[in-house]
Amino acid sequence: MIKGQFYRRDMFPMIFCPGCGIFTVLECLKEALSQASIDMEKVAFVSGIGCSSRAPGYIMADSLHTTHGRALAFATGLKLASPDLKVIVMSGDGDLAAIGGNHFIHSCRRNIDLLTICVNNFVYGMTGGQLSPTTPVGCVTATSPYGNEEHPFDLSALACAGGANFVARWTVRQRKELTDSMVRGVKKKGFSFVEVLSPCPTQLGRRNDMVEVKKNLDWLDSLTFSKDGFEFKDREIELLASGRIPTGVFCERDKAPYGEMSK
Amino acid sequence: MGVKKLLMGDVACAEGALAAGCNFYAGYPITPATEIMVHMAKRMPESDGVFIQMEDEIASISACIGAVWGGARAMTATSGPGFSLIQEGIGYAIMTETPLVIVDVQRGGPSTGLPTQASQGDVMQARWGSHGDYGIIALAPNSAQEMYDLTIEAFRLSQVYRIPTIVLGDAIVGHTWEVVEMKKAAKTKVALPAEKPLSTAYETPFYVPKFPAFGKGYMVHISGLAHSEKGYPDTESADDYTRLIRRLVNKIRNEREQICSYELINPNAETMIVTYGSPSRTVYETVKEMHDVGMLRLKTVWPLHERAIHEFCREAERVLVLEMNLGQIYWEIKRVLCEKNVELFSKVGGELPTPEEIRGTLQ
Repeated sequence: MIKGQFYRRDMFPMIFCPGCGIFTVLECLKEALSQASIDMEKVAFVSGIGCSSRAPGYIMADSLHTTHGRALAFATGLKLASPDLKVIVMSGDGDLAAIGGNHFIHSCRRNIDLLTICVNNFVYGMTGGQLSPTTPVGCVTATSPYGNEEHPFDLSALACAGGANFVARWTVRQRKELTDSMVRGVKKKGFSFVEVLSPCPTQLGRRNDMVEVKKNLDWLDSLTFSKDGFEFKDREIELLASGRIPTGVFCERDKAPYGEMSK
Repeated sequence: MGVKKLLMGDVACAEGALAAGCNFYAGYPITPATEIMVHMAKRMPESDGVFIQMEDEIASISACIGAVWGGARAMTATSGPGFSLIQEGIGYAIMTETPLVIVDVQRGGPSTGLPTQASQGDVMQARWGSHGDYGIIALAPNSAQEMYDLTIEAFRLSQVYRIPTIVLGDAIVGHTWEVVEMKKAAKTKVALPAEKPLSTAYETPFYVPKFPAFGKGYMVHISGLAHSEKGYPDTESADDYTRLIRRLVNKIRNEREQICSYELINPNAETMIVTYGSPSRTVYETVKEMHDVGMLRLKTVWPLHERAIHEFCREAERVLVLEMNLGQIYWEIKRVLCEKNVELFSKVGGELPTPEEIRGTLQ
């Protein structure tokens, strides 16, 4: 059971568009914190800028809504100063992988004891649908009107290579698996990374013939295949670009977290 | 009375922070501030504090702010190029009223500039470097002793006013070795709110609300967005925004008399030299050898102590502003003493003005 209430109801209504994946992420997180018996007074959320970064505002816990891309740096300080707190970072693909890319790889490297949830919808939602570092090749966005010609990042591969202790990726349709990974992530010592592939009918769907939520979700299904323990070293970076994204738990290890190397 | 030790200014600054109860340091190496970080790397674990070397200066100030919300007293130190990077974090700390100390050991700019040479080129950046309207506090030490004392004072002020406070040193005071008396400091307690969970994260009408640290059951939402007293994002109401910004500015503007300190020699002498930081060291010689020359040294550069400037310079026949840039505080003094002819003595390139140079200008 969750100790305390999950939603900060006097902040409602949420700002998210109909069909946004963040609603599902919040519901899965609520269930995960309940399964992990988290005390809401002893958890703190940190987020940057973007749609998903607004999500902690609707959760009844201490939360720090920070500057664009820096959530992990703020969270690092918060966790080190207050080691008894469970610190959860909520981020998006633009926030975490573009402006915050440096903080992301270094947080993985330090293996600092945080859970980071990245709502990857392949696009900048809040600023109006611009290209992100995970936008698949060919996708039309506000800043790639002729189709994206940049190679995308695979964030889970990056987290594994960077040194995170726990890395998993699911779509919002894989609710049970997603919830389970959040539970394992929040319990795991060290850096845990849970990537959630999520629809954005308003900004990505509208420009790519999938404005209906179901079409957007079906597109996510068509991009992905489920394979636990997928070995990133065996794949080409073009795999993601070619529209084949593995989902699953990719790594679970017990490297010493930051600050516990000499213990 | 404290122990006396021969210390480098940068090290004195780190020791001052420790005396003030600093228990979190995040930084990134940069000349001429690195000695602060190197000293903290050694000393923090000895005093049960946290030291972390971050991936850049933006991460450093961000980690410090996060640590403060986790209940720590935090400091970071940098120089020009890093000071440019941390402006983002300063704005966030202003908006969220996060108390912390930022040390800028100034070097010559713009850009990578003169890494090993002193300057006072960041004094306006310290005031206005982050976007938007805000008030800020900046102190300018002129000795290793003051690197110690004013760092302690910076912690006190940051906590009293819930504001990032800047120590504006430079390569000269940072690298000067002097005997420093390491006085004990009173550790100001941050006032915590009584109500849990907190219904208003920013109580009004108080200028400075109490600090609802995380993990204590306050359940607050803290945001860099414009926010209501509850702390919730509030980007629609011009009235709420105006009230917030006026409070953030006025909590410093209206407290200038309490915040500011200065050193005064021969007030209203025939010639008054207004200066701050390292160049004042030369003026000590000038006032010794020249008759009817006085000095007003601003220990607090921001907020500007307009009353003191006016009061102690208005009778002077000449007012000379001395700074190691091409004229920054000069324009502020000119603004305050609008009816007077205010002269500028500039020297850049890293060396202090010499007594001969100042005498030459005055004669």
